[in-house]
Amino acid sequence: MSALLEVEDVSRRFGGVQAVRALSFSLAEGSILGLIGPNGAGKSTVFNLIDGVIAPDQGKISFQGADITAQPPYRIARLGLARTHQIVQPFMTMSVLENCTVGACFGRENLRLEHGRQAAREALLQVGLDDRSEMLASQLTIAGKKRLELARALAARPTLLLLDEVLAGLNATEVEHMIAIIRAIRSRGVSILMIEHLMQAIMTLSDRVVVLASGAKLAEGLPAEVAADPAVIEAYLGDPGLADPRHAGQP
Amino acid sequence: MTVLRRPFVWVIGAVLLAFVLVPAYGNNVELRENLLLAALYITLASSLNMILGYAGYVNFGSIVFFGLGGYLCVWLMSAHGWSLFVATLAAGVTVSALALLFGLGILRLRGAYFALATIGVNEAVMAFVANFEPWGGSSGIYLSPELFQPLGGPARALWTIYYLMVGVMGLSLYLSYAVKRSKFGLALRAIGQNEDAAAALGVVTPRYKAAVYSLSAFLPAVAGGLYFFKSAFIQPPDAFDLQLSTEAIVIAMLGGQGTVAGPAIGAFLYEQLRGWLLTSPAFSHFQLVIAGTLLLAIVLFAPGGLMGWLYRRWPGLRRILE
Repeated sequence: MSALLEVEDVSRRFGGVQAVRALSFSLAEGSILGLIGPNGAGKSTVFNLIDGVIAPDQGKISFQGADITAQPPYRIARLGLARTHQIVQPFMTMSVLENCTVGACFGRENLRLEHGRQAAREALLQVGLDDRSEMLASQLTIAGKKRLELARALAARPTLLLLDEVLAGLNATEVEHMIAIIRAIRSRGVSILMIEHLMQAIMTLSDRVVVLASGAKLAEGLPAEVAADPAVIEAYLGDPGLADPRHAGQP
Repeated sequence: MTVLRRPFVWVIGAVLLAFVLVPAYGNNVELRENLLLAALYITLASSLNMILGYAGYVNFGSIVFFGLGGYLCVWLMSAHGWSLFVATLAAGVTVSALALLFGLGILRLRGAYFALATIGVNEAVMAFVANFEPWGGSSGIYLSPELFQPLGGPARALWTIYYLMVGVMGLSLYLSYAVKRSKFGLALRAIGQNEDAAAALGVVTPRYKAAVYSLSAFLPAVAGGLYFFKSAFIQPPDAFDLQLSTEAIVIAMLGGQGTVAGPAIGAFLYEQLRGWLLTSPAFSHFQLVIAGTLLLAIVLFAPGGLMGWLYRRWPGLRRILE
């Protein structure tokens, strides 16, 4: 399998904070790569670096073999990379269908308006929002807005989808539903890079997992390998030694 | 013609017909002058609405297009002997091209900074024109009455100008409507709602913003040409009057920014209100105070304007009045 997305030695500093530190990883075509790490590890920054919202201080990002480092988001979107935002960003006073049509019309296929509307309807069907297409985006529930965010990205018919915590804030039934949707997307050949806090979900969905801590890569591998890595456990739970019975009772 | 199957196109047609027929009936010159101003306001507000209502960029200096169009047209006619039609068209095209250049510069700014920059553009252009000798500097340009001869003398020329202005108004309404229904309009509305999200979805935001800024300059420039030809006189303070810019914003907000019919209804209402205020002994000096209060009240209590209120009461209206 060839690498669809290649991140090489990328760093980004915000004032005194080194948000991302010499990060390298690659995503194989057709796979799901999970990006995990404690709060503030720099996961969303990595997404913003990839889709061009912010430029890296150093390093190189390539997509389908082409250098996309520091390209504006609209150019990257046109190449076939779509994303969802952790905090949903719907066009509030536009209808659900219009929201998706924007994704379809200006994404990879750059469709004309009528064809864009058709692609948007298909994306809405895929996420199960087709019965709400004429509602205003502002009238949707949080779960609905999350699905809209996903549908809008899907309507662009991307080759690579970046999912930023699409499961956060959903109840158990909604999580089940969303996981099924993500599986269906992948089965259509779309590669996925996803950030998720819900461990069980990301461990079952991902082919490989990259763990970030303080902006640097802490571990990488199959989900099971990563979950057993002592360094990863420490980053999430603190020093396992502290839980050692021999230290119990001591200050 | 699928265009003719849309109810709103018929609404525009009916309004145009009323503008053409009503003053012509009994040669009502006073009503004609009144409606000419209404048509001008509708043109200015509808054009402004494309950038203000659709793309969400507050342009406080939209009047610069009107003023520059007026100057170019008057100058081409008086100094170069161009006909009215060619001169207004040339003014529209030139001002649109200039707007594209300005737009590429100032549209990097957002929110209040953009609004301030648009005032700056207007003031800078006014200062330039006031010192530009070929355009008469601060004393402006007077047109010779002879220029009305090709249009059949002053009396007939005024009717011709009126019909042209009504035509420009019709174009502005149709343009605003066509843009709203197009892919271009979809991009603009996405930018207006959330520019970063639009860019992430692939909307080439700088290009669309510059394009709408330029497009919103065209018809105001043409209208400026007609208006100042009619006055036979142009001078910087009249051409680049920020008050008219502000009024255009009040009109668009009053009627309902982002809708096609809103700015037109707003312009009509505002023009009537203004006429009444200017002639009433109690309010004639307070006309702008009232406009300002109106703007505040709209922003605070009815951000959707008149159309927003109408849509809430009768949701089915969306299909007829866009």
